[in-house]
Amino acid sequence: MTKKRKEKKKKQRYYRKWGYIFTLPFFIGFFVFFFVPLASTVFYSFYEYYMVGLMEVGPNYVGFDNYISLLQTELPKYALNTLILWLGGFVPQIIISLLLASWFTDARLVVHGAKFFRVIIYMPGMIMASAWAMMFFTLFSNAGPINSLLMTLGVVKKPVAFMSSVLGTRILICFMMFLINLGNSTILLIATIMELDLDMYESARIDGCSHGQAFRKVVVPLLSPVLSYIVITSMVSGIQMFDLPQILTDGQGSPNRTSMTLIMYLNRHLLGNNYGLAGALSVYIFIVSAILCFFIYRILNKKEE
Amino acid sequence: MRKKWSGLFLMGLTAAAVLTGCGGGGSKKLPSADMSKEGKVINVCLYQEDTKNLVNKYYSEVQEVSEDGEDTILKDGTKIHWIINGSEVFQTKLDEMLKKQDTVAADDRIDIIDLEGDYVKKYLESGVCVPLSDIGITDDDLKNQYPNAKEVVTVDGKVCGVATGISPGLFAYRRSIAKDVLGTDDPDKVQEALADWTKFDEVAQKAKDKGYYMLSGFADAYRVFSNNMAGPWVSDNKTVKIDPAIMQWIEMTKKYTDAGYNHKTTNVFTEDWMKDQSAEGKVFGFFYSTWGINFTLVGNAGKEGFGDWAVCKGPKPFYWGASWLVAAKNTDNPKHIKEIFELLSCDRDTMKKIAVDTMTFVNNTEVMNEIAEDPNSGLDFLGGQNHIALFSEVAPTINYNNICAYDQGCTLDIIYSFGDYFLGNISLDEAKKAFETAIKERYPNLTDIVWPD
Repeated sequence: MTKKRKEKKKKQRYYRKWGYIFTLPFFIGFFVFFFVPLASTVFYSFYEYYMVGLMEVGPNYVGFDNYISLLQTELPKYALNTLILWLGGFVPQIIISLLLASWFTDARLVVHGAKFFRVIIYMPGMIMASAWAMMFFTLFSNAGPINSLLMTLGVVKKPVAFMSSVLGTRILICFMMFLINLGNSTILLIATIMELDLDMYESARIDGCSHGQAFRKVVVPLLSPVLSYIVITSMVSGIQMFDLPQILTDGQGSPNRTSMTLIMYLNRHLLGNNYGLAGALSVYIFIVSAILCFFIYRILNKKEE
Repeated sequence: MRKKWSGLFLMGLTAAAVLTGCGGGGSKKLPSADMSKEGKVINVCLYQEDTKNLVNKYYSEVQEVSEDGEDTILKDGTKIHWIINGSEVFQTKLDEMLKKQDTVAADDRIDIIDLEGDYVKKYLESGVCVPLSDIGITDDDLKNQYPNAKEVVTVDGKVCGVATGISPGLFAYRRSIAKDVLGTDDPDKVQEALADWTKFDEVAQKAKDKGYYMLSGFADAYRVFSNNMAGPWVSDNKTVKIDPAIMQWIEMTKKYTDAGYNHKTTNVFTEDWMKDQSAEGKVFGFFYSTWGINFTLVGNAGKEGFGDWAVCKGPKPFYWGASWLVAAKNTDNPKHIKEIFELLSCDRDTMKKIAVDTMTFVNNTEVMNEIAEDPNSGLDFLGGQNHIALFSEVAPTINYNNICAYDQGCTLDIIYSFGDYFLGNISLDEAKKAFETAIKERYPNLTDIVWPD
């Protein structure tokens, strides 16, 4: 009996081993392509280390100098830009997503061609962000089709220089973000609502709640895990925001760097092959995003408890 | 919870992944070629296809060109491998390859590099370019080249590269607008009216009164000023000296923007800028060099523009776009390089053919003067005007002496940084500060920025 048990145990162990072996390729890849570069980024952030042309300077250990000199730059401004651009895209995105999800799932409000509209809403997300930025750059340029249209319709007399104004550039970026992400979050919300047990919603409706009230008070709280997922993923991609403003403003964050995001600023240092300073900036971004995520996660999960 | 952390972790890592790099330095000593034996592969780094097309078409040793166009096979079995990267990434990729130049197998070494004026000094100073005398090209072979184009690539008295073409600049103007504004479209009379900046401004006011723009945007006249600087942008690897000529450009552009003399396009080669050259454009003229008039302007102006354009010298001589072919250090193909260089920059007959066939302004004084004097070499696009005659007058007067290793970055950053100032979004001091920030980010070793009083 004991012998048999031992054999069984042995077999279990034997199987367990395969689990590790099968996950090994991922961990090797993770170590080589992610952990080593991460460690070297943190390491070089304490060094003066850059290249100018073919001339290499460093690495010379400088302690926290890179971190300190970054604080003397306009870093807070770029962080604020990133926040504004993210919020400007995300707030309308989540509101419209909820609204659309509520309409599409309302049993009493029969939307004709719901499937068709769902596809249409999702479509902008299938186009590359860089293609969006190129398209908007052409559409909204001074001699572009939007200006021609506005002038033909007599709305304006002179072409509007959209990308020369702070508001214009930011609205364009936010609008693109909104269009790209709207489909994804709407589909996700619709799918989740359809999976929910809607007994409570039904009983609320029978008790005389309007659809809107029942949606707000019953469905939205049930959605909170998915909402927190959407907020977190959106925030992470918001902090990473790069391609839309980079291409729309030709890497300049114009006008006067009011649309320069953190990663665009990081890219400026990569342009100068400044591994030390770029490393320090990466560490800052890493810490800030970790803190932000922690708070949002806490806030969203409190309600559930 | 774990998902979140791993998400964050991955994000940080992605940013980090870009940051890995290691490098090698360069020596100040003049490099040499590997003369032991001739290798089987010639690796050529280009930023555009011109040189490749010229070699494929005019090099008599060419046997065949591979289907994908990446290789050219010569009659003796040697392969020319073309490595073409656009201007945006050209230097980054080249630098990576050059770091390995001393360690890779002979046939993997870079042999020929095409270097643009904005960064040719960087490679000359880093000891990448082999003196031509080392591969057997004598001073006598180079005697017909434009001396100023030779001087730029001379290190310690030795010429280290050849320019296959020269890009003198002219002011290309619309005949119809010139007639309306000045009452004439005759190139000599227009030149008289635009002979210096004061006169240029006067014409700008007249053009505005008639509802035209003198220039398209902010960067239009930039090269006319930057080519006439008193010294280089950077001479000691530490201090950026903003030349009074650059301040004049800033002053003029601000004046033109405020007065409505330009169409406020933010840079050259933007959508709006090119549209200003089309039939609907209302811009008097553009500062352009050889390739710009023969190819870019002809393309942008379209069929309607044929015959409506002409060229004159404008207020000051300038050039736009110059490039040099150099032999890379340790190259193992000195014989072939000698042949190719001689073909494209010394051989009179071939160069004449190239000049006539492709309208390239070749680097040969004799050939170009001959074409300049030929009454049949007019261009239909310019209403029959012989633009080569004007170009060859400007070519010897070009001043390449102030080219430095930091030109590309300085040019990009000054044009972008002052864009908001021209538009009135920021003050002059803020624009100066923006330039300082940008240039220090791009070149961390440049710590001092000196503005003229």
